[in-house]
Amino acid sequence: MFRAIKYSLSLLAALTANFSFGAWSDLNMSPGVTQLSQEIFGLHMTVFYVCLAIGIAVLLAMAFILFKYRKKEGVKPADFDDSTALEITWTVLFALILVVLAVPATSVMIKAYDNEEGDINILITGHQWKWQYEYIEDEVGFFSNLSTSLDKRNNLAPKDKNYLLEVDEPLVIPTNTRIRFLITANDVIHSWWVPDFAIKQDAIPGFVNTGWTYVNEPGVFRGQCTELCGAYHGFMPIVVKAVSPDEYSAFINEKKEAKIQQALLTEKLWTVNELMEIGEATYQKNCVACHQVGGQGIPPVFPALVGSEIVMRNKARQIEILMEGVQGAAMASYSEQLTEVEIAAVITYTRQAWGNADSGDGKIVIPKEILDYKTNKL
Amino acid sequence: MSAVIDSHHDDHHHGPAKGISRWLYTTNHKDIGSMYLWFSLIMLFIGGAMAMVIRAELFEPGSQIVSPEFYNQMVTNHGLIMVFGVIMPAFVGFANWMIPMQIGAPDMALPRLNNLSFWILPVAFGILLSTFFMEGGAPNFGWTFYAPLSTEYAPPTVTFFIFSVHIMGASSIMGSINVITTILNMRAPGMTLMKMPLFVWSWFITAYLLIAVMPVLAGAVTMMLMDIHAGTSFFKAGGGGDPVLFQHIFWFFGHPEVYIMILPAFGIVSHIIETFSRKPIFGYSSMVYAIASIALLSFVVWAHHMFTVGMPIAGELFFMYSTMLIAIPTGVKVFNWLSTMFKGSLTFETPMLFAIAFVALFTIGGLSGIMLAIAPADFQYHDTYFVVAHFHYVLVPGALFSLLAGAYYWIPKWTGKMYDETLGKVHFWMSFLSVNLTFFPMHFVGLAGMPRRIPDYAMQFADWNMMVSVGAFLFGISQLLFLFIVLKCIYNGKEATNEVWEGAKNKGFEWTVDSPAPYHTFSSPPSLESLKTSS
Repeated sequence: MFRAIKYSLSLLAALTANFSFGAWSDLNMSPGVTQLSQEIFGLHMTVFYVCLAIGIAVLLAMAFILFKYRKKEGVKPADFDDSTALEITWTVLFALILVVLAVPATSVMIKAYDNEEGDINILITGHQWKWQYEYIEDEVGFFSNLSTSLDKRNNLAPKDKNYLLEVDEPLVIPTNTRIRFLITANDVIHSWWVPDFAIKQDAIPGFVNTGWTYVNEPGVFRGQCTELCGAYHGFMPIVVKAVSPDEYSAFINEKKEAKIQQALLTEKLWTVNELMEIGEATYQKNCVACHQVGGQGIPPVFPALVGSEIVMRNKARQIEILMEGVQGAAMASYSEQLTEVEIAAVITYTRQAWGNADSGDGKIVIPKEILDYKTNKL
Repeated sequence: MSAVIDSHHDDHHHGPAKGISRWLYTTNHKDIGSMYLWFSLIMLFIGGAMAMVIRAELFEPGSQIVSPEFYNQMVTNHGLIMVFGVIMPAFVGFANWMIPMQIGAPDMALPRLNNLSFWILPVAFGILLSTFFMEGGAPNFGWTFYAPLSTEYAPPTVTFFIFSVHIMGASSIMGSINVITTILNMRAPGMTLMKMPLFVWSWFITAYLLIAVMPVLAGAVTMMLMDIHAGTSFFKAGGGGDPVLFQHIFWFFGHPEVYIMILPAFGIVSHIIETFSRKPIFGYSSMVYAIASIALLSFVVWAHHMFTVGMPIAGELFFMYSTMLIAIPTGVKVFNWLSTMFKGSLTFETPMLFAIAFVALFTIGGLSGIMLAIAPADFQYHDTYFVVAHFHYVLVPGALFSLLAGAYYWIPKWTGKMYDETLGKVHFWMSFLSVNLTFFPMHFVGLAGMPRRIPDYAMQFADWNMMVSVGAFLFGISQLLFLFIVLKCIYNGKEATNEVWEGAKNKGFEWTVDSPAPYHTFSSPPSLESLKTSS
């Protein structure tokens, strides 16, 4: 038996020799950058040390018993089977340990549940499979998508430090400001987690949950969706960039300016090539997860666009689907997610690409049509 | 009583029927027990193969062998099969074999119901597994199947999944009715409730848990069915429904379910530890009360799975405190096992090795459970690999090890043959080392921030994940050795004595009958006194 242990241990050593174990941060929770996250970290370490102590005590006692009372010639086992005093003692002991843990836990819990309004309120909406951020006071917002390339995910390009933890547009927040997050979802349940802020709140359709933070130093903080939300649950990271209040106002002004510019674009005269270019980029960012790169989809849940009757010959219905979504199916409405230009471009793109133009009517859609759709609906 | 025995006198010498009809029509508790055990062993290898796919995909960062869509199907079905197809049926198999023999009854109280509750199980899992070959693929929403991912956004096969869960539930409810009826009505004269073997006690309480919560699960899946096909909005926010309601209902079933998978393990391990310590179990009555309090508490802790859904703070605190309370009866059990071994005369045959590993590793799983109970800290732990590490520690070196321990402990009684002790020990040490190699590093990646149920991960988790995968492959291979040991025991084992283990003397009625146990045992009830005085 002991030889078996020895062999197994040397096997284990041989296996572990190939690993280069990194820093402490690879083993333990991050203390984070906010007062709340540090208090939660402190609580975690307290509970951990108490549990570690109990664990070591139990395992040592067990090792001692296993060694000391192994069967020996001529030694008869005892035959006691009860000791009320002993049992009451350790029951009370367990209860006392739990009280010691419950007191700090309750106090941290009360601090985490501070739902006062923030100086800045940000609405976070989870979508399959991206996050939407809207600055409520300033009436600007955007979507944040994973920016890691498919080549990296398919091992065709080398992966770097922020593999799967990088986005095209991070959430920007100012330092030294109380920020309240209002968290909800548009389709299934997601969960918005930034470990450095110790915020993990489920984003649930029909509910608005809250979380808050107050960051002292500028920095970039990364997190992930933590509630299974479908096929690409692992591919909707969160990146938060904390900047100085000055930089933050510059960022907000830039966003407001861009919003005005965007509105003007619907008036412009568009060429097919311009629409195709924007359309392809929009498709890559918003549609490939379900409808796939070649438009073949994953039937029956995600229908194919190649050779689709609607995409080839029914322009009005295709606009309607993009604007309203499809009831009872995974297709969401994109009227808020994308600009008029992007919607027109992506419809044009799907009607032209993959040979759809040759077998269908090949009609294009211009941004004005989308704007008209919205106006008529009102 | 004697009239009943007389009327069956003619049947005494008739053995099992021949061929397939023996298994299809059998009402014999030993046959049905064996079928449950073989069924769960087969499902263990199917669910295990899915775990191997998961670990192969997670071996390195980047896409490896399956698509994210298929990965989710693997994660979902691995969970469903291990919970409903392996751990639960295996314990029912033990219940069928051992409860009548431990209480001195000739069979289960409702033998035809017993046959039915087994035979609908392969049907349920046949339906579930057939969804892999259907358009849209198998269920892919996790074994917890949170709405609306499992309703509005589910693949069309979800309806088959719902039907399958209904059948599994019916099987469990019938099995529990049978267990309770048997225990209440068929104990040998003189065996009062507080003289029942602990395995019988643990199953008695488990059966009540099953009867209480399986209908709740049936309600949850029926509401899903209505949302999908009948236009209702139980869980549909757009129709005025409540997606969080699903989680409350699911976990009101789900938390007692967790204890359904561990209480019978407590019973098995208690018997093994007292046998190989050559001492009576320490604190029998506190063991019974501990199991009962764990079962009662399991009904008031469910929302500790939901600390991040946005409950009011009063809810968070209530569920934190009630969850922490569970540590008390669980701690009592661990200390009682240690005290049973204290001043004993210990030997380390394979069942004892697995039982000791159970106590040690279940303690680790229990302690990480206390950490998870601390609600504010759970904001960081929730839905990470820390949780995966925790529940695998209580379910694999916990529930599964107790099943392996029990199989080694009673297989000489079932087959009349001894298993190969050397191979058994090799199996133990391989399982013990690889199970820790697999699940211990999961604590680290979880704390460092790796969410669960993702098919690909960031670079800082790469080293530990590779180690976890190596451990998982070794653990998988080790279980093939178990299959070999079982087959070798059946076909080529040495004859076992009636008492089998030196320490099993006077430890229960099952050791007083022949090995292998005859097809019909205890046609007339044994006397509790004879067990006591034969020493």
